[in-house]
Amino acid sequence: MAALTATAPARPVPARGPRRLARRRLPIWHLLWLVVAAAYFVVPVVSLLEFSFGGRVGGHAAGFHWYLTVFNDPSFRSSFLLSVRIAIETVVLSNLLLVPSVFWIHLRLPHLRPVMNFVSVLPFVVPPIVLIVGLIPFLSPFTFLYSRPEVLAFIYVVFALPFLYRSLDAGLRAIDLRTLAEASANCGASSASTLLRVVLPNLRAAVIGGSFLTVAIAMGEFTISSLLSFNTFPVYIFNIGENTGNEAAALSVISLLLTWAFMVGLFIVGRGGRAGAQVAATR
Amino acid sequence: MLRYLGVVPLGAYLLVFLLIPTGELVVDAFRDPSGTFTLSNVTTIFQAQYLSSFAASLELSALAALFGGILGFFAATAVVHPNAPRLVRSSVTTFSGMAANFAGIPLAFAFTSTLGATGVITVAFRHVGVSLAAVNPDATTLGLALVYTYFEFPLMLLLLVPALDGLKREWREAATNLGASGFTYWRTVALPILVPSLLGATVLLFGGAFSAYATAYALSGSTGNLVTELIGNLTNGNVTVDPQLAYALAFGMIVIITVLMVIYGLLQRRASRWLR
Repeated sequence: MAALTATAPARPVPARGPRRLARRRLPIWHLLWLVVAAAYFVVPVVSLLEFSFGGRVGGHAAGFHWYLTVFNDPSFRSSFLLSVRIAIETVVLSNLLLVPSVFWIHLRLPHLRPVMNFVSVLPFVVPPIVLIVGLIPFLSPFTFLYSRPEVLAFIYVVFALPFLYRSLDAGLRAIDLRTLAEASANCGASSASTLLRVVLPNLRAAVIGGSFLTVAIAMGEFTISSLLSFNTFPVYIFNIGENTGNEAAALSVISLLLTWAFMVGLFIVGRGGRAGAQVAATR
Repeated sequence: MLRYLGVVPLGAYLLVFLLIPTGELVVDAFRDPSGTFTLSNVTTIFQAQYLSSFAASLELSALAALFGGILGFFAATAVVHPNAPRLVRSSVTTFSGMAANFAGIPLAFAFTSTLGATGVITVAFRHVGVSLAAVNPDATTLGLALVYTYFEFPLMLLLLVPALDGLKREWREAATNLGASGFTYWRTVALPILVPSLLGATVLLFGGAFSAYATAYALSGSTGNLVTELIGNLTNGNVTVDPQLAYALAFGMIVIITVLMVIYGLLQRRASRWLR
């Protein structure tokens, strides 16, 4: 049982020894640490909420004033829509690139899997602030790409790769790919139609889970978009924060709720999934 | 050989957007602006002001890994405790996923609202006469480390829960039957087995804090002295103010993170010996 739960931490441990028939309480020491952790999680969020509803406007409490202010700011709309657009492009691009490749590696080139495991660690070794230093001189001659926000999507694919790859890799390992592929080939299907009509429906959870993480990365990324001077949503929040703290707090709450919605979505799709694949924010 | 055509698009993409830019960066760290080989860029970063940046980044990472590691470890042991209700386990892992992904600009504002000069907690403590200036996230390393702890401790928890699950009940029961107290069991059985996992997770936490930029930049602006902030200040859109220095600093970061990942890999191999 331990071996099973080791890869699926979200599942509760069902093993209870015969000695523990009566329900026993969690020792106070453990309870204390859980309370500290919970407080650490909650207090900053509550403070943020307080600031987003805080201050006085025209003699009475602000209420939703800061939220309404940012909603009516045309830059809010444009930066938010820009981030959504880049996020969608990143998801489409990374799936188009990775789904066929990972399928092909599992089916025909399994000896390349260790190489892929290594490659999927590289984006950690080269964090955004480092990669951008190398990318600027390399990409700036290609002005047709470099001057458009789409360049962000192309770069974010690199940072989404480890998470999408791990999600797809786990998904493909969970199905009997060889048998499915042979059965499909016996029915006269090409590799492409095997992928589209047999494998992909079985990978739905892996694709959706990996895509949620990819959206979370693309919507929250600040380093590269600010250094390339694109006014994405996080860059907009940062610029607002230079002037009014309350508005920045309201925007942070919106951003936070969005990220958490994606994480809850991920939890529902993957039922917790693999622990390592739940963390994808770029800092 | 034709089957290798299937991975050409992915390989080409990684070459263009990851491997070539990184390779050029490393090569350029050893070149002067005219392209001739030189060591002067790399020796520059050994000047006191840049060494102090690396020291500041390493100190911050160590503090964040320490705080996050301790809180994450104890929270994880509580979560896997056999008497912990099922609901605790599933909700803590979900919330950990949420907290570990709360980073960057919004996290910076959340902590300014909490521990900043007019933060909720700061003001509350001021009422009882205690100054929290020492942990102000906008101005102090300690405060910034507390900010990083927000995403570090849930990461530690998520990394450790599988390792703690690997501790077999029989080991604990055997220790108890031999007369060991809870403390003795942890000191002589559980911790020695967990050490590689604990150190490995701490190394990952350290690396995560070391390469973070957005949160720190949002808090300290362009006055920050971390390596990542220094690189950010040198790099701006089409103009890289001092490209050679930026290459050298980025190269220094790659070296440090590579060392960390190698240590992590070795620890992982060691950790998997007991925990299967």
